[in-house]
Amino acid sequence: MELKTVQTERVPVRYYEGGAGRPLVFLHGAGGLDMDLGFLDSLAQKFHVYAPLVPGYGDSEECIELRDMLDFTLHTWDVVDRLGIKDPLLVGLSMGGMIASEMAAVAPNDVTRLALIASAGLWLDEHPIPDIFAMLPYELPGYLFHDAEAGAKIMSAGTDMSDPKFLQAFLVRNARQLGAAGKILFPIPERGLASRLYRIKAKTLLIWGESDKLIPPVYAQAFQRGIRGAELVMIPQAGHVAPFEKPSEVMGAIARLQ
Amino acid sequence: MRFTWFNLMPWPHLPDDFREKHHSVWVDIDPNLFDPVKGHQVYNSYLDLLEYAGTLGFDGIGVNEHHQNAYGLMPSPNIIAASLARRTDDVALVVLGASIALYNPPLRVAEEFAMLDCISGGRLVAGFPVGTSMDTNYCYGAIPGLTREKYREAHELIKRAWAAREPFAFNGRYTKLRYVNPWPRPIQQPHPPIHIPGGGSIETFDFCIDNTYSYSYLSFGGYIRGQALMRGYWDRVAERNAPDDSPYRAGFAQTICVADTDAEAERLYAKHVSYFYNRCLHVYPGFADAPGYRTIKTIQKGILSQYAPQTMFQELPWKELVDNGSVIAGSPETVTHRMQELIQKLRVGNIFCLMQIGDMPADKCMHSTRLFAEKVIPKLRNMFPEYASDGRFWCKPLAQRATPGALPVESEPVGAER
Repeated sequence: MELKTVQTERVPVRYYEGGAGRPLVFLHGAGGLDMDLGFLDSLAQKFHVYAPLVPGYGDSEECIELRDMLDFTLHTWDVVDRLGIKDPLLVGLSMGGMIASEMAAVAPNDVTRLALIASAGLWLDEHPIPDIFAMLPYELPGYLFHDAEAGAKIMSAGTDMSDPKFLQAFLVRNARQLGAAGKILFPIPERGLASRLYRIKAKTLLIWGESDKLIPPVYAQAFQRGIRGAELVMIPQAGHVAPFEKPSEVMGAIARLQ
Repeated sequence: MRFTWFNLMPWPHLPDDFREKHHSVWVDIDPNLFDPVKGHQVYNSYLDLLEYAGTLGFDGIGVNEHHQNAYGLMPSPNIIAASLARRTDDVALVVLGASIALYNPPLRVAEEFAMLDCISGGRLVAGFPVGTSMDTNYCYGAIPGLTREKYREAHELIKRAWAAREPFAFNGRYTKLRYVNPWPRPIQQPHPPIHIPGGGSIETFDFCIDNTYSYSYLSFGGYIRGQALMRGYWDRVAERNAPDDSPYRAGFAQTICVADTDAEAERLYAKHVSYFYNRCLHVYPGFADAPGYRTIKTIQKGILSQYAPQTMFQELPWKELVDNGSVIAGSPETVTHRMQELIQKLRVGNIFCLMQIGDMPADKCMHSTRLFAEKVIPKLRNMFPEYASDGRFWCKPLAQRATPGALPVESEPVGAER
């Protein structure tokens, strides 16, 4: 994958591009793209993959003008437009799933294939989604991974998660990234999507890790009830970050949308 | 010098094992720990203490705003201030402050502050905090990355509302109002003096300098740790070519306890100080700083050890708290000496005296407060004589004020139409 920049009306946007075939746009979750790069590589075996960063993520410029859900939705359409892509296979993970759903709902005739992986965007009072904005670094792996212990090692890349240097880098990145994500996810990751799901015309696949503890599978069923004809694929032994933990299974599911 | 006796209003009935057994003193504190019948006693006792301090020669009595917090029982500082307005007569009411971005619409603050200023006869000192992340983001749901923009807009609305001489339309991003026209209006013109509590960001330094507001550093860390931040402020005042460096451009909160001797101070107050520092400040670190609330610069200079897992609870002992300046405690002589050091080193004209500490009972609090008023304040009063006439950052009460409870004798009805 190659890291590039595309200019939009408001801000230059960083994106990864690679592979060949049908265009696929991958929208990352609140944690950013770092952990999905391996998965993108495998997607690029079959698709022409574009994975834009939400402004503020990675080394990309922040954009104060993106304040609410409509801003995020239209901004991401602007990116697709500037990349010159028509009707991409739209794939979103977690927060990215929320944005992808909104894109498909506001422009139902421009999206024919949609894959939502552990998507945010709905809220069920009986199943409150844990507050990622009040979690300390060492608490995250338990919510994100099927295997929390292995996850902790991956997230800290072998360093001690209470080491001040690690913490400082972590907090600065968090302030930029989750500061941007908070515009649509804080304090409740819901901005009225449920009332717009009926507009989605795309053939939709819902992909969920069986042991997702952040947005549990009961949310997959809620999406299924909201989107006509949506199919659900459960991934065994995967948590919230299913594309990281089970890349070939997730990849196999997406390929069915071809 | 201006001294304000401040009451955070801590809940005094937290259990001994609070730190070990409970997640946080703030935001998601166990609701079962609050007993409203005890609350009745607590509020009334705390109001009595504020009124008492108002009779001893303090320049102001102070209240602030916190939510879902067991060390601060004032979700509405204006309710407390309103009650004090009627029961005190010549002391400033320092509301430090109302979190303007949390009121919907923020015009409510312009209205309530104007009411307080009218009821008290111009005794209001107004505070406009952004609010802590715990209050603003976690308790009141403001989006962290938008909080400062929302705050600036609320500030603009309030200032314009107080200044306007006819109704106007306000088309903000967060507040849209067709007819802005607050009734009543404040006595103090163009507006009551404004203090801004801050945590060290350059943006807030500049905001105070540009608007002639007093910058208040309200921490519990004490004056020794507070020096670096205040130095940063004064450097900025010089850099921005402010017209003067009056010490009244700054304020500082300090925990203070006074007894007849140093040993007596420890004997009387150590357990209450320990209650405050070891129970009341037990805030879950995940609530300290919502991502996006603080600027990157501020994070880069912050202390981060609090983000590591807490495996054991270390009690902060009296000696350490006194030595590191978190608490200024001892005989009137000791306290005077350390207060002089504080005032000179930080260059602050406004002192917010935290004297009701943790679960301190009223009689001890009165003792400490009276000793401070009688034996310490007079020795500090005339520091910065060259700025003695600087009234820009303090209230200007009416010379002739109404007396509460001074109704005339009821007259007999006269004539059929009555």
